[in-house]
Amino acid sequence: MRKKIILDEERMHIVLERLCFQLVEQHGDFTNSVLIGLQPRGAALAERLVKMLRSKGVSHLPLGLLDITFFRDDFRRRDAPLQPNQTKIDFLVEGKRVIFIDDVLYTGRSVRAALDAIHSFGRPADIELLTLIERRFSRKLPIYPNYCGHSVDSIDSERVLVEWKEVHGKDQISIIPHEST
Amino acid sequence: MSQLSTDHLLGIKDLTPEDIQLIFKTADQFKEVINRPIKKVPSLRDITIANLFFENSTRTKLSFELAEKRLSADVLNFSASGSSLSKGETLIDTANNILAMKVDMIVMRHPNPGAAEFLSRRVKATIINAGDGTHEHPTQALLDAFSIRERLGDLSGKKVAVVGDILHSRVALSNVFCLQKAGAEVMLCGPRTLMPLHAESLGVKVSYRLEEALEWCDVANMLRVQKERMDKGYFPSIREYAMQYGLTMKKLKAASRDIVIMHPGPINRGVEITSEVADSDYSIILNQVENGVAIRMAVLYLLANT
Repeated sequence: MRKKIILDEERMHIVLERLCFQLVEQHGDFTNSVLIGLQPRGAALAERLVKMLRSKGVSHLPLGLLDITFFRDDFRRRDAPLQPNQTKIDFLVEGKRVIFIDDVLYTGRSVRAALDAIHSFGRPADIELLTLIERRFSRKLPIYPNYCGHSVDSIDSERVLVEWKEVHGKDQISIIPHEST
Repeated sequence: MSQLSTDHLLGIKDLTPEDIQLIFKTADQFKEVINRPIKKVPSLRDITIANLFFENSTRTKLSFELAEKRLSADVLNFSASGSSLSKGETLIDTANNILAMKVDMIVMRHPNPGAAEFLSRRVKATIINAGDGTHEHPTQALLDAFSIRERLGDLSGKKVAVVGDILHSRVALSNVFCLQKAGAEVMLCGPRTLMPLHAESLGVKVSYRLEEALEWCDVANMLRVQKERMDKGYFPSIREYAMQYGLTMKKLKAASRDIVIMHPGPINRGVEITSEVADSDYSIILNQVENGVAIRMAVLYLLANT
């Protein structure tokens, strides 16, 4: 099966703009809110959103990166341990409104691990989830996004690939067969 | 996804340079974890680890135990005193009895060289060597190299002098293997009586003068003088050793560049190193202790999956 483009650069930009406005609608000037990008792939989305929100006049925007490797529920169920990524949270989340940011929501297991992991940095007032792509009908846990860029129907043998201008040279989201990754 | 090339950690000799870099990269993240407000992660929550210490230890035992607890493992502690060893039980029987209680990993310190390797061939558990006689002490070498990497940025091309009782030191041997595999140059320095024969065959430089070693090195790892071995007459007196091989601020300042000072502990203040040096900004002794927990967490995490 060939690569199928779901969102091209123009449509992706519209979606990102909408997500920014939804965040501003809910969080105003972000005085008590923090953005947490889930490593590894939520980081690029989180950084892009911060850039866009800054251009809309939101100046106070704490951003952290959270790695969930040590909190996963599949340790010892894989052939080899996963290599952890950097966690970089320079603030406490105690009493804050936390927004988790990830590019693709699939089984929900990463978000479950993130819910555990964030408590190492304090007890948040509440936690919301923003995902750029939601893969419908594939959740293994009762986890749903508060802010969703786009929903897609895909089967397990497929993969959703999110590309960023900063890293891959273009903004684009596509579905590809798993074998070709 | 990456994995160590070995199922046990018996010595640095068995590790590849890639293994060492993988342990360092993993330890970087664990170092971040142990500096969080809540320092515990659930990775090893379904794993039981037995710490078998057939020889005295404070630092290594506490460090392993803390690393295990920070990873949420269940921990059993065993020390030789007050055990059935005095009733004549063999090492394999002791280990198998503990394993019958469904233990997954064994961390062992033993006075006999090769004890960890011996056990790894005979019992079904992952073995981590926490020091076997005068042979190896792999986690100490890893944390030493990790601490140098942290202070100097990189190990490749760095010159490290290991000073003191080389003959009896498992730390020295593991340090040589580890530093060489990480790309550093090593010099061994100590009295002739405490230098193994053919030390050069390890591919290291050998010096019998501390001043010469200090002039050469970027890092000096000052080993402990093992006072318990003094009765065998390896050197005339502690005072004479301190004069010849003790690191003082005067000797340190006489070297042409700033040297990073390390010590695996426990320190004999005023013998191999003066308090003035040990407590100075040149010293990274307490960083070594902190990094020890991160390194041991990384080793346990990477081996628990096998």
